Amino acid sequence: MSLYLRPATLPEALDCLARAPRPLAGGTDLYPATTTADLPGDVTDLAGVPDLHGITALPGGGMRIGACTSWATIGDAPLPPALRALQQAAHAVGGRQIQTAGTIGGNLCNASPAADGVPPLLVAGALVDLAGPGGIRRLPLADFITGPRRTALLPGELLVAVVLPPEGLSGASCFLKLGARAYLVISIAMVAARLLWRDGRIAEAALAVGSCGPVARRLPGVEAALIGATAIEAAARIDPAALARALTPIDDARASAAYRLDAAAELLRRAIAGAGP
Amino acid sequence: MMRAPPDAGGGGGDAIRFTLNGTAVAVAAPPSRRLSDVLRDGLGFTGTKVGCDAGDCGACTVLIDGAPACACLTPAARAEGRRIETVEAENPTLTRLRVAFLAEGAAQCGICTPGMLMAALALLRRVRQPTEAEAEEALGGVLCRCTGYRKILSAVLAAGQGASIPDAEHPPIEGHVGDRVIRLDGAAKVAGDIFGADHWHPGGLVLKALRSPHPHAAFAFGDLAAWVASTPGAVAAYTAADIPGVNRFGVIPAFADQPALAPSPARFRGEAVALLAFEDDGHVPDLSAFPVRWSPLPALTDPALAEAADALQLHPGRPGNRLIEGLVRRGDAEAALAASPHVVTHGMETGFVEHAYIEPEAGAAWMEGDTLVIRASTQAPIMDRDDTAAILGLPADRLRIIPSAVGGGFGSKLDVSLQPLLGLAVLKTGRPARMTYTRAESMASTTKRHPARMTGRIGCDADGRITGLAFDGLFDTGAYASWGPTVANRVPVHASGPYRTPAYIARARAIHTHNPVAGAFRGFGVPQAAIWQETAYDILADQAGIDRLEFRLRNALRDGDATVTGQSLASTGIAQCLEALRPHWARALAEAGPGRGVGVASCWYGCGNTGLANPSTIRIGLNQLGEVILHQGATDIGQGSNTVIAQIAAGALGLPLAAFRLIGPDTALTPDAGKTSASRQTFVTGRAAQAAGTALRAEILRRMNMGKGARLTLDGARIIAKEGSAQAELALSALPADARGYALSAEETYDPPTTPLDANGQGNPYALYGFGAQMVELSVDPALGTVKLIKITAAHDVGRAINPTLAEGQIEGGIAQGIGLALMEEYLPGRTENLHDYLIPTTGDVPPITSILIEVPDPEGPFGARGLGEHVLIPTAPAILNGIRHATGALPRRLPVLPHRLRAAIMGVRDG
Repeated sequence: MSLYLRPATLPEALDCLARAPRPLAGGTDLYPATTTADLPGDVTDLAGVPDLHGITALPGGGMRIGACTSWATIGDAPLPPALRALQQAAHAVGGRQIQTAGTIGGNLCNASPAADGVPPLLVAGALVDLAGPGGIRRLPLADFITGPRRTALLPGELLVAVVLPPEGLSGASCFLKLGARAYLVISIAMVAARLLWRDGRIAEAALAVGSCGPVARRLPGVEAALIGATAIEAAARIDPAALARALTPIDDARASAAYRLDAAAELLRRAIAGAGP
Repeated sequence: MMRAPPDAGGGGGDAIRFTLNGTAVAVAAPPSRRLSDVLRDGLGFTGTKVGCDAGDCGACTVLIDGAPACACLTPAARAEGRRIETVEAENPTLTRLRVAFLAEGAAQCGICTPGMLMAALALLRRVRQPTEAEAEEALGGVLCRCTGYRKILSAVLAAGQGASIPDAEHPPIEGHVGDRVIRLDGAAKVAGDIFGADHWHPGGLVLKALRSPHPHAAFAFGDLAAWVASTPGAVAAYTAADIPGVNRFGVIPAFADQPALAPSPARFRGEAVALLAFEDDGHVPDLSAFPVRWSPLPALTDPALAEAADALQLHPGRPGNRLIEGLVRRGDAEAALAASPHVVTHGMETGFVEHAYIEPEAGAAWMEGDTLVIRASTQAPIMDRDDTAAILGLPADRLRIIPSAVGGGFGSKLDVSLQPLLGLAVLKTGRPARMTYTRAESMASTTKRHPARMTGRIGCDADGRITGLAFDGLFDTGAYASWGPTVANRVPVHASGPYRTPAYIARARAIHTHNPVAGAFRGFGVPQAAIWQETAYDILADQAGIDRLEFRLRNALRDGDATVTGQSLASTGIAQCLEALRPHWARALAEAGPGRGVGVASCWYGCGNTGLANPSTIRIGLNQLGEVILHQGATDIGQGSNTVIAQIAAGALGLPLAAFRLIGPDTALTPDAGKTSASRQTFVTGRAAQAAGTALRAEILRRMNMGKGARLTLDGARIIAKEGSAQAELALSALPADARGYALSAEETYDPPTTPLDANGQGNPYALYGFGAQMVELSVDPALGTVKLIKITAAHDVGRAINPTLAEGQIEGGIAQGIGLALMEEYLPGRTENLHDYLIPTTGDVPPITSILIEVPDPEGPFGARGLGEHVLIPTAPAILNGIRHATGALPRRLPVLPHRLRAAIMGVRDG
């Protein structure tokens, strides 16, 4: 019979992963991947590890979100405007049922190119804490997701938390997701923007695009071009050519690559307006 | 399946303890077992439905400590110590919701209802009086394929407002024809009805099919006996070689060509090649080591290539892979078009569309003496019996089909699916068996809407009167015949739309490929043809400089006009439907502007089989206790025949609906009421019910020597008749049982009068047609190519609305499927075999709908009623396309109009 391990502490969880290397967080990716009544193979159920749950303020102004914090919890929490994009994404992950179960850590570890959580976290400059037998290491989220369904997790390692540095918690943010229906939709393209405004002009800009390449990406070149722009000027500074250089969308059943580039530019313009001064 | 005691379980594992609807339970289950499985199989709480096992449909929504969650994604171990609530719970808020669902007609087939109710319960606890937007979002995670969501949202809002439980203040509705009777099977729907997967005999077999992973592949089996012997729980493995009868089925006997288990080669991805039986003891069947070796072969997936002379042939005797071609020809269309001042040359293309009922195919079977009993989800019990009996080599009288509650059908559950497989295993082993398709195998193995490539021309004169129409349609019918012949016949008959078309030629051919089997789907090809014709009409109206609605009215068929098959129509309601839209049209046009458009499209649809017999028989008995027993053999797949047929019977008999008890459908208990398809049940079975009610009434009155106008009442087991001062009584308890076992009974059959079509497609293919027109208001986001539907106004001539609530439910549900067809649905074999890649509309995708019920009585219909079920889907997609063109000037030629396709069309207009 397969192992189903239920650790109660983080050290126990790491021990368990040595025996049952597949972690079970919300189950919203593992169960759909099988048609059987049970999960095949050995799993470590993380639901009982308190360290993995909840949103806490960090000394110095940052914030920590436990990897097993559900989208419902994130969506309903009182969070600063810089994380409004994350909360908008939380409400766009599946329906309410999926938000109840699905977790932020699972979303990142599943590493889908269309993971709703990634662009809002990228614009917040999120880091991830990875616990392993040798202790905890911290990576920028951009370095954690290395490809479609691929992450920097080493064998025996566990994503324990998303860490939002204080500088990522300033400004206002907006997340937009484009799909072919209203709810329960995998995005064709999605964007997040976080902007810091000074005297009606953009002082800092963070932009990210998802579903337009193997991994969601920040757009440093486009961000730089926004500095100093007013809300009205900003739209014109979204340069489709710069997007085309930064993104590598594919043609698939949901949309063409050319359309995705087009849509990403338009969504960015709207997200900038949505994160207005 | 009886509810098991709380400490029961299956499949091993430690006992898991939790509170289920307020009661402490303990159940043994493996810790990672899906909670849905534990509730259903372990505890016998089958009210929680499973539609996808992937969190895509929300049917299995339960509340865990008050929060809605998909039970299919929840490990049993995580129920430990929690409060779980299911649809079997009893609390005042849930009661209020149930009452509101019934009153609003929010449950049709009922498969999504438990999930909807639980999601709504969580909402109402959070927000006592939610707004529509809040309800829409809270229910956005539960898919419904029947209702179009509008009545569900109304019900949730009404429950939030404190909808009251009907009481003495509101006298029970008599149940006359025309009354908004609450569906007679409604109480079961809001309690969690008993569908195909919800009833089985414990201790039997559970069956799994092995299916082809390739569209075309030869295969060979290894040592099956060794596999059975070495696989835990395996009992048997069957292949085509084990089929005792004729391994070939098909809804149209002359074209029957589909094996229950395919011999090599498999002709489409998802075709079953072996049936594996396992002990039904809670252990997970393991198919991973099954000995089969696949040799993929070249596959034909493009019908245009498949009809090339040198293409490989799927079936002997069908050169060019042509299953059939239908033709209707009247006058000289080419000459008429050549002489027309305005002609549009037009092409449109559609893809495979999946029925996506939320209930995957499921059923159970067992022996009763010498009789094989199969209880499964179906639209056509008698056809199931005959096809399955032939495959199994059984005489038909040794096979009994009991349709389960059906969680949506829309045409695909007309063909047999798992019935022969269940029967085979039970006959071979003598043991009961059950089988439930996974979502993926339901989508891969069952029929689809035919993809269509349609081209042709339509012309009109300077006054906008249609002069001629030429149509050519290539329909991909997939690997087997199924309903391909019906599509090929119906399309040429209907491609004119409900308009006078004096010169006409229409051809539709069904071509085999190694794609999924294309079969019946709400409208049999007519929705595709209407997409072509109705979008061409808009272009033509613009050319002629005539308002698009007026253009349609000018050409609408009127009483006495001949159709393209030369049939003279006695009763036509299309002009009335279009006229009913006029005030809405004027308002909408005034509100339109750049980016905001309005579109209109019509439909007509012949009810019943095309030029072929399709009788229905209804039996009504009065027993010695004074009960009226209605043997109702029309399967209710959510559309409401249980209620509508009973209302018609009650209306004809003149006794209150409350005295009626329904039996069936069940091939052992109900006479043949035919299949639930072709929008025929209200009409054909309704006529049989009317005839049976009338005959029984005449017999009652004759026995009491009372006149035709007498009013009948029941007082216990006595019938009392009164007319003026005359009164008589008949004691039913004193009457001897007749040959059917009743004090009094009647059985009547109705078969619509039609004539077969001749070589030019001329004749009277249908005894009755229904008509409708829909108007869509929408806005287009041109930068993203997205469409926002604002409002849909639908006028349908139903002849007589037997039950207006149910009629509106059909309209709203058909519109939702039309929205899907237009904007999001495209089945791609191997790529969209789930409900997250294959998108159907959610609560947020169906705008407010205003239904206008037009009642132009048809002399052939019961109380004047016409069919409606398929009509309602036909105008929606073309009306949306016409609205998009109105808003943007762009008309995408390929459906669905996904954002990238619309964006490309808009850019094309700008660049052009």
